[in-house]
Amino acid sequence: MAKQQGPLTGTQTLTIGKALNLGLRRALEDDPKVLLMGEDVGRLGGVFRITDGLQKDFGEDRVLDSPLAEAGIVGTAIGLAMRGYRPVCEMQFDGFSYPAFDQVTNQLAKMHYRSRGRITLPVVIRIPFGGGIGSVEHHSESPETYYMHTAGLKVVTPSTAVDAYFMIQQAIRSNDPVIFLEPKARYYEKGEVDLDAPVTAAEPLHRSRVVRAGTDATVVGYGPTMRVLRDSADAAAEDGRSLELVDLRTLSPLDLDPVYESVKRTGRLVVVHEAPTNLGPAAEVAARVQSECFYSLEAPVQRVTGFDTPYPASKLEEHFLPDLDRVLDAVDRTFSY
Amino acid sequence: MGDKPATKGRPATKARSGARRSRPASTPAGEAALQGSAQEPEFVQLLTPEGERVEHPDYSVDFTDEQLQGLYRDLVIVRRLDLESTALQRQGHLAIWASLEGQEAAQIGSGRALRKQDMAFPTYREHGVLWCRGVDPTAPHGLFRGNDHGDWDPAEHNANLYTLVIGAQTLHAVGYAMGINYDGKVGSDDGEASIVYFGDGASSQGDVHEACVFAGVYHAPVVFFCQNNQYAISEPVERQTRTPIYQRAAGYGFPGVRVDGNDVLACYAVARHALDAARHGQGPTLIEAYTYRMGAHTTTDDPTRYRTGSEVESWKQRDPITRMRTYLAKAGIGDDDFFASVDADADRITGRLREFVIGLPDPDPSRLFEHVYAEESPLQDAERAWFEQYQSSFVGEGAH
Repeated sequence: MAKQQGPLTGTQTLTIGKALNLGLRRALEDDPKVLLMGEDVGRLGGVFRITDGLQKDFGEDRVLDSPLAEAGIVGTAIGLAMRGYRPVCEMQFDGFSYPAFDQVTNQLAKMHYRSRGRITLPVVIRIPFGGGIGSVEHHSESPETYYMHTAGLKVVTPSTAVDAYFMIQQAIRSNDPVIFLEPKARYYEKGEVDLDAPVTAAEPLHRSRVVRAGTDATVVGYGPTMRVLRDSADAAAEDGRSLELVDLRTLSPLDLDPVYESVKRTGRLVVVHEAPTNLGPAAEVAARVQSECFYSLEAPVQRVTGFDTPYPASKLEEHFLPDLDRVLDAVDRTFSY
Repeated sequence: MGDKPATKGRPATKARSGARRSRPASTPAGEAALQGSAQEPEFVQLLTPEGERVEHPDYSVDFTDEQLQGLYRDLVIVRRLDLESTALQRQGHLAIWASLEGQEAAQIGSGRALRKQDMAFPTYREHGVLWCRGVDPTAPHGLFRGNDHGDWDPAEHNANLYTLVIGAQTLHAVGYAMGINYDGKVGSDDGEASIVYFGDGASSQGDVHEACVFAGVYHAPVVFFCQNNQYAISEPVERQTRTPIYQRAAGYGFPGVRVDGNDVLACYAVARHALDAARHGQGPTLIEAYTYRMGAHTTTDDPTRYRTGSEVESWKQRDPITRMRTYLAKAGIGDDDFFASVDADADRITGRLREFVIGLPDPDPSRLFEHVYAEESPLQDAERAWFEQYQSSFVGEGAH
């Protein structure tokens, strides 16, 4: 990631990683209660350099290099939040978020409910997630279902630089705990971001969005699969088929109104994610769409997902991950009924 | 209780040494302890099981007679409330109860050592600590009846809700203490500290280890108060550790001390010392209060399956209330009228508890959906709307 050269303002072309970095920087500037904590987030700037330069500018008491203990990071973040801070925790990789599972699902998620609203925990847990980086095991997990399944947590994931910049700030401003999933294979994808735009004017955090209009079938994804969706739509267009794309952006709460509206027009739905099929987010989307759009559907909802195996060794991941061909194959299937 | 420190200040050099502060076995306290049982460990003691006041070179208390009476009153009342709660469970008014019987001195001593600005993180047996924090003694009973998950305001009393996953709250206390540091609220008598309660079983949990790591490296103003009551349900402390729990502190770089957990004066002195060290910026302390759970783990437990009557009987000889009463009587601080008035107070407060618990109405079903989130909650809103409509469809069948 390029070193920052003076303050960045105006509209810039940024990678998703840099947009996150600048979003975190702005959050640290805007609110002295915001803290960043995690393994290697300080001097190193994080293994993906998302926190690059922030400890240098905000100090060791705002950007904490923590001991190597994920439960410790989340557990102490809960205590800090009870004290009035707004901690932003980094889990270095998706597979490393599991040692913190009790603190996230039993403690962080439930405190507001069990205290009957007396304790709010504005904690953000950033997790680089998903595959496609050719790494060793436990570095390419898609844990979203665990967190979506846990009432009390909110789960969001950006797929563009502009969403990365604003959604991280919105998540930090949220008074609920937010699991912030960063599509690590897309950190270097670029987009235009107006850095001076007010956060309050951005697309709300918990809204899904139609990102490309189409007429023949609806394809839904989020985070890392959105690029696959865009490539699929381009290829389909060459074959004369028009796909409408929806970026979910928020996985908890789900915002499916744009999906229902789209499916009622197209009659066909394909849901794409890297997480395994069984009980994955697509299962929930499919169940709700068949309930809401029963008379509009021309075909069963199709799922294009990771397989129900542990994440494979990286030489096999191209077969595991949804790609353009599998998406188009699924779209074709919706036309065979 | 007065807010004046009852112990002498800790020299800074000693505080940073990481050396344990308990006494060698040759001290009067150690000898006194060893008289009771050959197995009894060395620990800080100021009041023997026989009710004799003994001195300790590092820890002392300087209570007025009135304060000593107050401590006795606390001990008696929390035990009476506890016995009544067990009875209420047996009579079907509570789903379950976790008794503190035997641990009154550890809880009252440490609880009264807290200053108003300190924050306590209990596990689920610290009814005595809540009492010291001014939480209404009926407040935990909604949890044990099944009405709620604890219905007191943690911020109002500086006492967090109970935590049932063993050891998880140690990290919360450390994070809170890190926040005290970042707020600059250390370094004077007005400084703040947090204290976290856990047991010998919890000492095996990874969260407790991580809490000690974080507390050590961030020099957090936190006191780890381990009530070693000898059993984690059925498992004796030997199943948790081969070394005394307090000695683990050395590995994290802060002091550890073992105190007679059935001695309210020693528990107060040791806890006050550690809390004041923390608030003055001298970092964490691990206290192991060596005590005994006289009752079952909870009302669902049957301790006769894993421990002997003679063991329980030997601990009865070390009862925290009996020794305090003996001491007060011998020292002329408490007479029969005083003891009778305390019992009358306990009866009155316990009567109010009984009335409250029996009269506690079932929660409104709409509470199911409340406070899942602080902000927008569309899924729960939709489910609540459906549920209310569904409930109302039972018109004429006693719908509520």
